[in-house]
Amino acid sequence: MRKIAAVWVGLVLAILATFLTGTMASASTASPSPTGVASTPAGSPTAGGTSPGASEQPAQGVRVFIREGRQGIAGAKVTVSQGDKEVATGETDERGAVVIGVPAAGEYTVTVDTGSLGGKELESDTITREVRPDEIAPVAFRVGQPAAPGEGAASGGIELSLVSQLVAQGLRFGLIIALAAIGLSLIFGTTGLTNFAHGELVTFGAVVAYLFNVTIGLPLLVAAPLAVIVGGLFGWAQDRGLWGPLRNRSTGLIAMMIVSIGLALLLRYLILFQFGGTTKSFSDYQGQAGKAIGPVLLRPIDMISMGVAIIMLLLVSVALLKTKLGKATRAVADNPALAASTGIDVDRVIRSVWISGAALAALAGVLLGLVQGINYQMGLQILLLVFAAVILGGLGTAFGALAGGIVVGLFIEVSTLWVPTELKNVGALAVLIIILLVRPQGLLGRRERIG
Amino acid sequence: MDWGSIISNALRSVVGLETVIFAMAAVGLNVQFGYAGLLNFGQAAFVAIGAYGLAIMVFFAGLSLWVGLAVGIGGAVVLALLLGVPTLRLRADYLAIATIAAAEIVRIAFRSSTLREWTGGSNGITGFDGQFYALNPLSNGTYGFGPWRFSERLTWVLLVGWVLLILFCVLVWLLMRSPWGRVLKGIREDEDAVRSLGKNVYAYKMQALIIGGVIGAFAGFIYALGRAAVQPDLYGTELTFFAYTVLLVGGAARVFGPVVGAAIFWLVLSLTDNVLAQAINAGYVSSSIMNPNQVGQVRFMLVGVLLMLLMIYRPQGIFGDKREIALNAR
Amino acid sequence: MPADSSFHTGVPGATVQNGSRKAVAVAALADVPREPGAPKPDPILVADDVTRRFGGLTAVDVKHVEIQRGAITALIGPNGAGKTTFFNLLTGFDRPDTGEWRFNDRSLARVPAHKVARYGMVRTFQLTKALSRLTVIENMRLGAGGQRGERLMNALFRPAWAQQERDNTARAEELLARFKLDTKRDDFAGSLSGGQRKLLEMARALMSEPEMVMLDEPMAGVNPALTQSLLGHVKDLREQGMTVLFVEHDMDMVRDISDWVIVMAQGKIVAEGPPDDVMANPAVIDAYLGGHHDAPLTEAEEQRQLAAAEAELEAEHAAAEGDGAR
Repeated sequence: MRKIAAVWVGLVLAILATFLTGTMASASTASPSPTGVASTPAGSPTAGGTSPGASEQPAQGVRVFIREGRQGIAGAKVTVSQGDKEVATGETDERGAVVIGVPAAGEYTVTVDTGSLGGKELESDTITREVRPDEIAPVAFRVGQPAAPGEGAASGGIELSLVSQLVAQGLRFGLIIALAAIGLSLIFGTTGLTNFAHGELVTFGAVVAYLFNVTIGLPLLVAAPLAVIVGGLFGWAQDRGLWGPLRNRSTGLIAMMIVSIGLALLLRYLILFQFGGTTKSFSDYQGQAGKAIGPVLLRPIDMISMGVAIIMLLLVSVALLKTKLGKATRAVADNPALAASTGIDVDRVIRSVWISGAALAALAGVLLGLVQGINYQMGLQILLLVFAAVILGGLGTAFGALAGGIVVGLFIEVSTLWVPTELKNVGALAVLIIILLVRPQGLLGRRERIG
Repeated sequence: MDWGSIISNALRSVVGLETVIFAMAAVGLNVQFGYAGLLNFGQAAFVAIGAYGLAIMVFFAGLSLWVGLAVGIGGAVVLALLLGVPTLRLRADYLAIATIAAAEIVRIAFRSSTLREWTGGSNGITGFDGQFYALNPLSNGTYGFGPWRFSERLTWVLLVGWVLLILFCVLVWLLMRSPWGRVLKGIREDEDAVRSLGKNVYAYKMQALIIGGVIGAFAGFIYALGRAAVQPDLYGTELTFFAYTVLLVGGAARVFGPVVGAAIFWLVLSLTDNVLAQAINAGYVSSSIMNPNQVGQVRFMLVGVLLMLLMIYRPQGIFGDKREIALNAR
Repeated sequence: MPADSSFHTGVPGATVQNGSRKAVAVAALADVPREPGAPKPDPILVADDVTRRFGGLTAVDVKHVEIQRGAITALIGPNGAGKTTFFNLLTGFDRPDTGEWRFNDRSLARVPAHKVARYGMVRTFQLTKALSRLTVIENMRLGAGGQRGERLMNALFRPAWAQQERDNTARAEELLARFKLDTKRDDFAGSLSGGQRKLLEMARALMSEPEMVMLDEPMAGVNPALTQSLLGHVKDLREQGMTVLFVEHDMDMVRDISDWVIVMAQGKIVAEGPPDDVMANPAVIDAYLGGHHDAPLTEAEEQRQLAAAEAELEAEHAAAEGDGAR
């Protein structure tokens, strides 16, 4: 029974961590918002606004960007309307951005007053967007021809610069997927668990980094490593408090899979409960302008995060190939029973896999947060892509997961040449199913031995 | 706090629309997971295909209700074939991942603005329920007794839903006492053994996947008609996992497990929702801890904890056979 | 006593030893040359050029082999010799890289496992596959072939299959009585002991009325008290006209019951012959025992090997459990 009691250690830790985040995060909303001013016409209710003194970040709305090349245009007047009814107006700040709240989810039309642009012409001055509950939908307007390749719609043929931009973005995304996928794959290889709560490890990393960065005020360069450490601790606690005891009780793998789904639901909604449903950003590296490298436009922070990801992936690879623990890990992933009979401490290997896998997932969360903001659903959204990567590479193989992650990332971004952006993940998931049909053992996996 | 309304709401939810829908989705899962051991994590997609098949045919194509039902059923069969062909020969977890991915594909496709002309995008579709309610023999008014008094519309859809639900339970009972059901249960225990006895395991799994999926599509019909609307985000992965929780509460591989499970599940959720909401309004719970918007989030956490506890301590469900639990604990 | 005492009795022991079919089998094999791939007078199974590779490792590379009808043939060899893989290939549980084999003059190469079983070649597994959460009698009923009620459309209409079900149940109860499992009829199979599971698995295989029974290590993990009974049942199969091919590590059992022995090493067939010939063959001793032994095993050696085999079994069991749900 003592072990069963210990099951809850990990959970309590998670709950404490998220509570801490939540209470501090709500305190932090009092700080001045970096975005422009938005006004709501009298009479219409503030979004989500039953609580008095609503924070300046609305529960749902649009974040409008008006850009010329890489420069934002300040002072542009923006109107948000629903049907024929005007809902709210706003004016962009010096970075060309403004957040405008809307009272409820739905479809809104955003119009820019072209007269306020100082004679500049927009490619389009009206954009219609879906706003989901608790979501700030980004809406971007551009002046003239698309100066930044890859962002605008390709008109007439596929440009080389556009392709290379998408490849760069795909690589950025693929490295993030690979970071998360290695942990998932190794945990599967060593314990047999298909961990549906792995996405929440990604979210957890991003949220903890947000806590250190925005709430406590540490620079992201300090907050990110701290988040990775806390993420690793969380992995350790999960293994110690939940998965280890379940393994010792010889719980079936399908039962454990369903437990991981329960854990994922619990963690995701704990994070929503404390962190809120809006997408938030780190306080550093906001609104960085892109730098052109050849035909590719990337923000410096993108280059740093890709560098960090590559270094981490190299370190993991070297560790797996050269260190004793790494070799033991691969041996256990290959054949746990055989490895155990050759004197490898399987429990120690599993523990280290949980710690490092969770830490890598946390890092993936921080990097993903830099790209698309921090949201309680980010882990869920990336989880299936991570599964796709792991299956592509072959379940249980670390290097397969690495390669699979990069392929999936590249595929998703490059596929937007032909597929509408909102459907890009559909393509990746469809490919996942096709791979299962054609080569279920994955690109690097071995044909299975039956019986 | 108004305990009267809390209790009457809870009692209403025992027979309510959600109970019927989730019980039906779970009956489908019971055939697949409970009896055949197939990990279908994409039941939401089957429910969505039923709901959308109906709504699209009636609203956009202007066809009759019956065509909509046929398309929903056909769609579920096609989806089961599409998923089953590649994955049913593979290990259980591949099916799990493929089905959850397929469910997301279906949901994203239904909510995409690219396909808006046919699916209504993220707003979904309304205004397809006229034919169904025109069949309602009940005149205007409320029907029922005690806490269970419903409008003629709700009574009608609940009536249809419960009749279908009972029919499906009878179907499952008939199937599972037959040699066909025995093969299915054998596959759940060890498919190689069943194969070695000359049974075409692949065909049985496919049949189970299709039957469970079609029952899921019927849950979609009731969902769409009961709400008089379809909306893509109602068919997310959470729907599947709620249905699993319902199944596991009532006990997998038990004919009435899904019904009992759904009733208990929604009773508990209704109680916690209402108690929390009233406690916040009455000031028993400080708004710094929880605001009314967050009550719904507690529900999901509760389901998560419930799922974990059930799987760890009572994998055979609350009323499971003790002998089976002993075998299952291995 | 078992209900079917007209049979040569399920009770193990020497009475069966001199059963008529034993003499027939031994006589038929008397003139067969003692060499790998030797042709048999009346083969039920003939295999040619069967290979199976895993990555760089060639697990099975059998040039030619024939199995005599109505005899008990043992397939022996050191660990990793490819015996179980060869078994899996023959029964359709694995696909060969190359090869062709005929069972009753019907080509079975690349035929799916369930069809192989329907053609009359039924197997058991090294790790017993009792269907735990089905009762013993349900396990037995599942074994019967050609059940009308196993078709989805018929399943709903009980009259379509009720009579057949009654017949199958009666036959199952006879078999259970013969295998002394009748008292366990309504218990979950998962509650049986290891040896009882082996018996159940064998009895279940017989429900399909096979011509050839393939037993993968029928003695592994069986309580010594049950071994004699199991041995008796295997001999009984031959007396009922079935052909038996079995993989076994226990040399005493091989010597005791087999009419013919085939030795595999490193995927190849290295020797064939009657048990006593084969066990005296220096090449076999060399291959099988790694050249460290020259005589039948001493008791201490036997104990050591038993312990090693059990450890291996346990490891495989753990591995298989790990694979089970994947």
